[in-house]
Amino acid sequence: MFRLIGNRLLLLAPTIIGLSVLLFLWVRALPGGPATALLGDKATPEAVARVNEAYGFDRPILEQYFIYMGRILSGDFGNSLLTSRPVLEEFAARFPATLELTAFALLFAVGFGIPLGYWAARNVGRWQDQAAVLLSLMGVVVPVFFLAFILKWVFAVQLGWLPTDGRQDPRIDATHYTNFFVWDGMITGEYDAAWDALTHLVLPGVALGTIPLAIIARITRASVLEVQNADYVRTARAKGLAPRLIRNRFVMRNALLPVTTTLGLQLGLLISGAVLTETVFAFNGIGSFLWDAIFNLDFPVLQGFIIFIAVIYSLINLLVDVSYGLIDPRVRVS
Amino acid sequence: MSVNLPPAAGGPTGDLTPGGSPAPDPASGGLLPGTTGTVVAAGPGRDDGGPVKGTSVWKDAFLRLRRNPAAIAGAVIVALFLLVAVLAPLIAPYPGEAVPGAREITPGHIPGPGELPQFPLGLDRFGGDVLSKLIWGAQSSLMIGVVSTALGLAGGMVLGLLAGAFGGWVDGVVMRIVDILLSVPNLLLAVSIAAVLGQGPYAVMIAIGVSQVPIFARLLRSSMLSQKSADYVLAAQTLGLSRRTITMSHVLPNSVGPVIVQATLTLATAVIDAAALSFLGLGGGRPETAEWGRMLTYAQSELGIAPWLAFLPGLCIAVTALGFTLLGESLREALDPKSRAR
Amino acid sequence: MSGMGDVRAEDERTPRVEPEPLLQIRDLQVDFTTMHGSVRAVEDASLSLEAGRTLAVVGESGSGKSTTAMAAIGLLAGNGKVTGGSIRFNGQDLVGLPESRMRDIRGRQIGLVPQDPMSNLNPVSRIGTQVAETLLTHRLATRRDVDARVVEVLEAAGIPEAGRRSRQYPHELSGGLRQRALIAVALACRPRLLIADEPTSALDVTVQQVILDQIEQMTQELGTAILLITHDLGLAAERAQDLVVMHRGKVVESGPAAQLLEDPQHPYTRSLVRAAPSVAAVRLAPEAFTGARGEDHPAPAQREGHPGARPLPDGGTAGALPASAPVRAEDGRGWGRGAGADTEPLVTITDLTKVYPVRGGDDFYAARNVSLEIPRGTTVSIVGESGSGKTTTARMLLRLIEPTSGSITFDGRDVLTLDRRELRDFRQRVQAVFQDPYSSLNPMFTVGRIIEEPLIAYKRGGARERRDRVVELMDQVALPSSMHRRYPAELSGGQRQRVAIARALALRPELIVCDEPVSALDVLVQDQILTLLGDLQQELGLSYLFISHDLAVVRLISDYVCVMKDGELVEAATSEEIFTNPRHAYTRRLLASIPGNELGIETGVA
Repeated sequence: MFRLIGNRLLLLAPTIIGLSVLLFLWVRALPGGPATALLGDKATPEAVARVNEAYGFDRPILEQYFIYMGRILSGDFGNSLLTSRPVLEEFAARFPATLELTAFALLFAVGFGIPLGYWAARNVGRWQDQAAVLLSLMGVVVPVFFLAFILKWVFAVQLGWLPTDGRQDPRIDATHYTNFFVWDGMITGEYDAAWDALTHLVLPGVALGTIPLAIIARITRASVLEVQNADYVRTARAKGLAPRLIRNRFVMRNALLPVTTTLGLQLGLLISGAVLTETVFAFNGIGSFLWDAIFNLDFPVLQGFIIFIAVIYSLINLLVDVSYGLIDPRVRVS
Repeated sequence: MSVNLPPAAGGPTGDLTPGGSPAPDPASGGLLPGTTGTVVAAGPGRDDGGPVKGTSVWKDAFLRLRRNPAAIAGAVIVALFLLVAVLAPLIAPYPGEAVPGAREITPGHIPGPGELPQFPLGLDRFGGDVLSKLIWGAQSSLMIGVVSTALGLAGGMVLGLLAGAFGGWVDGVVMRIVDILLSVPNLLLAVSIAAVLGQGPYAVMIAIGVSQVPIFARLLRSSMLSQKSADYVLAAQTLGLSRRTITMSHVLPNSVGPVIVQATLTLATAVIDAAALSFLGLGGGRPETAEWGRMLTYAQSELGIAPWLAFLPGLCIAVTALGFTLLGESLREALDPKSRAR
Repeated sequence: MSGMGDVRAEDERTPRVEPEPLLQIRDLQVDFTTMHGSVRAVEDASLSLEAGRTLAVVGESGSGKSTTAMAAIGLLAGNGKVTGGSIRFNGQDLVGLPESRMRDIRGRQIGLVPQDPMSNLNPVSRIGTQVAETLLTHRLATRRDVDARVVEVLEAAGIPEAGRRSRQYPHELSGGLRQRALIAVALACRPRLLIADEPTSALDVTVQQVILDQIEQMTQELGTAILLITHDLGLAAERAQDLVVMHRGKVVESGPAAQLLEDPQHPYTRSLVRAAPSVAAVRLAPEAFTGARGEDHPAPAQREGHPGARPLPDGGTAGALPASAPVRAEDGRGWGRGAGADTEPLVTITDLTKVYPVRGGDDFYAARNVSLEIPRGTTVSIVGESGSGKTTTARMLLRLIEPTSGSITFDGRDVLTLDRRELRDFRQRVQAVFQDPYSSLNPMFTVGRIIEEPLIAYKRGGARERRDRVVELMDQVALPSSMHRRYPAELSGGQRQRVAIARALALRPELIVCDEPVSALDVLVQDQILTLLGDLQQELGLSYLFISHDLAVVRLISDYVCVMKDGELVEAATSEEIFTNPRHAYTRRLLASIPGNELGIETGVA
């Protein structure tokens, strides 16, 4: 098991290094050079010269790369052009919001997707199945930001059941330790604050989780259908086992294996979708920060963001692989 | 089990297997409803003893598609939008960026669908005709979707072919490139590339295209690898065919099926992603540019008073994506060797 | 023990004469619902099995034999349904019995040993758990003593180190062990009836024998009756007292095994008896033992049982057949050199070795010092189980795998050092037919295109001549020429293998390497293909290198046989020698595992 993790970490290294080379070259290739990228278009020549010297942009390119890598490895992605604060610090402040949203969406997707897929498979060919298939098809084709609109319009604008945007009602004076608002509310005992944060999570979370839900439901359905016809399930029935035991120990445990493998992919979708969802719901996470960075060509932020996401995403996939190994004994050994 | 066999499907057969066909023992295999029975019936059952034209994999898939209502629905949707896109200059009442109804807009009120006869789907906040913008939007959305997918397909096929055909270090290098591209979630990769390239439709096309490359490359590679282990490749090697011939005329044609299915499905994603990039403002152009995603961006602030501004373009995106998805899924089913004869 | 009543019933059962058979199926009819309407899989099938006896149901794929068995245990696939007849088991009709009652019978009174040990164990659950489940469900063990009981049961099924094995997962066990585990599961509750559905078809031949012995021994101890489902007539005859032959959903003949084999009444049974290699081998055994020895052509004599097989031309046409019985050589060489052979063998393989380096372990020898010869116009077979290196050897000869060391000469030339042009020439003279006719033909090409491909590749003639040649080839392999525009997917397995043979013949080769060419086919089709190969050899003077795991098949076609085990050639001799006077212990074991071999002989195999 540790060997597996080690191997995967070793594989991760060249990927991240490759990515960093690309990003490094990209910034170097920008019109006006890296200093302009760092300072913005309106930088004075003196400022450019100062930065060039400070960052070593006047040195040989290979040396520059090592300087750049050294900075990244020590967690220094530079300062945001917009806020002038270190990029990593900005991420750290906003990432919990995105993580909270993503976690909610993932719970929603898994919690409803798997039962839906199982239910469809058990009723294969009947109207329940067709409805589930149609629903999951809809889930895949409706763009996440459009779904966000619909949900917002129906449940927030028309019905007024849920808040339209933000992470928490600004009138609530909540204490924040971790920036996971729901969690903060729980640990400080400010349950109304936690509840309010939770209500703010519902609409963006559902909008964000719908596509993964649809995909998970489809995979579960297909996988249950396949496992149901597997020889070992027939053998289990030949033993005279109770249906519930067959479902839990034979069908579901095997059917969930392919679902687990796609979870990493789903998380990628969630992270991407979070950027869009956060914009619609003015949810102050990493997505809306990225949005600002794009339009202000905040290169240090963009650069840091890509590497940051790549590392997170790769680690998540590693985690998925490892947990897959825990579920499937066949992987565990090899 | 002979019920499904057309009489003498192959003329007088060499095997005297009484019954003639490799009918599976129903209980011993996975007899999924609907996946058997078509085994030999797939061929046209003419029994006049003359030369019988067989049904190729693709023709067979086409015949199945034609019988599949989902495929027909998908094809109709796609054809409709394509037609609208091509004929946009002829059928759109106004140019895409025109604001013919600018004078009808008052603060707090935007005329909606059916309110004014000359603007059947209402106006947007600049006074543009929503119907015209949707029509022109179809053109730009489909254009971006098709071009970016073509780019992604071309790039992915080249990389996949290199990896699949040569293996060894070429494969290693290609797969590392693919890994790097895959290390950033798809849409974020496109966003990053578009942000770098500067905003505009071409940036969006390239960004989405590049973000699709790894999917196609991986798919073609793995498909080729699995085909390469098939015995017919061994047979071709025994014949002494060159590696080039084996790759190009045996392995590749048998490997593109999944890639083509994926391309069809990717068209749906491309349309959605293109809309997402425009929605984020990476599509460039002016606020009143006729583009579905862009229309949604500006619908945000009027959601309370003019919800149709969000719903109509959103619906267009979803339906187009639905068309491609239905087509792709049916194609996948039609090409599935499990449902075809084994 | 909780099931006291049952146990007493079992004890009393043996001595008492039962008024009713244990299992009696009458006029069974099973339908499957498919997209294209209802398909009848079993029609008016009847059979009866008395307690403690063994009944075999024999048939080809699609005959309805498995369906009948599955109906008996109430496990038809979701779209299958018993639409008529009755299944009386132990005095009650199982047709229409509620599922909850059926559950009490399954596992407890009727056990099932399925076909494929690879796919029938839950991959994510430990072996011990899978045995425990059935014991706990039927209350034959409590949570407290279940572990001990599991080990007991596994031990009874012949699994060594049962305690350790019970904690392992299926993928950690070999095929044979997995099948033993499944037997343990099936017999854990001491059922009255065991349904064994092709219990050994997925296993290596030597393992098959052992597994069947295990089943026999355990059921004898428990007094369990066996319903054996198999495609192998020889195996059925060896293991069962009574046979039922099924064909296309119907029972065509039934009766005592010996009688049915000696004097088959129904034409289908007759053709099956004639075609079954294991049975045919036995039928011919007396000749092989006595008569054939003095003749010049031992091996082809065994083909006489086949319709259409021609007697061997007396030394003439095939040309290079050695005049007298070739000299046997322990290293597998030199049989062609016997009585001053005037022709060089077509192929000489010397000390051929293929080593695959294993990281952090001993190198793996896929083949080690293999030496053999293929005299012109003869068939040399390599027999061995999976992993024996037979296919590796064949592929080295085909120059698909580069040997690590050793040499191969073809028609006097060193195959391993051929330059481009010579290799081109070699490729045209040596062709191959592969095992799986489903994957050996490019699914994108028409039959005509597939057969024509070699002609195109080597620019043999213009379009018109090539077309004529394709028609001629299709005729040679008895395929209607109208089929040339069809695609492989539209052909049956046997037809596809004919296409593969036609393709191999296209360039008029001298040697064809046949890698398990019939193992994926049904018995009757198998027989037809073997006959075709034999006929073509006569007609065209071909030489064959024939790879097979099945000694019975090999016996029907070979002049010389090489036996391989773990990459090494353990014995090589004329077919006659191998079958009448095997020297190596492994060869004897292989021979003993041909099912029919023990028929009528009361000797047990160690």
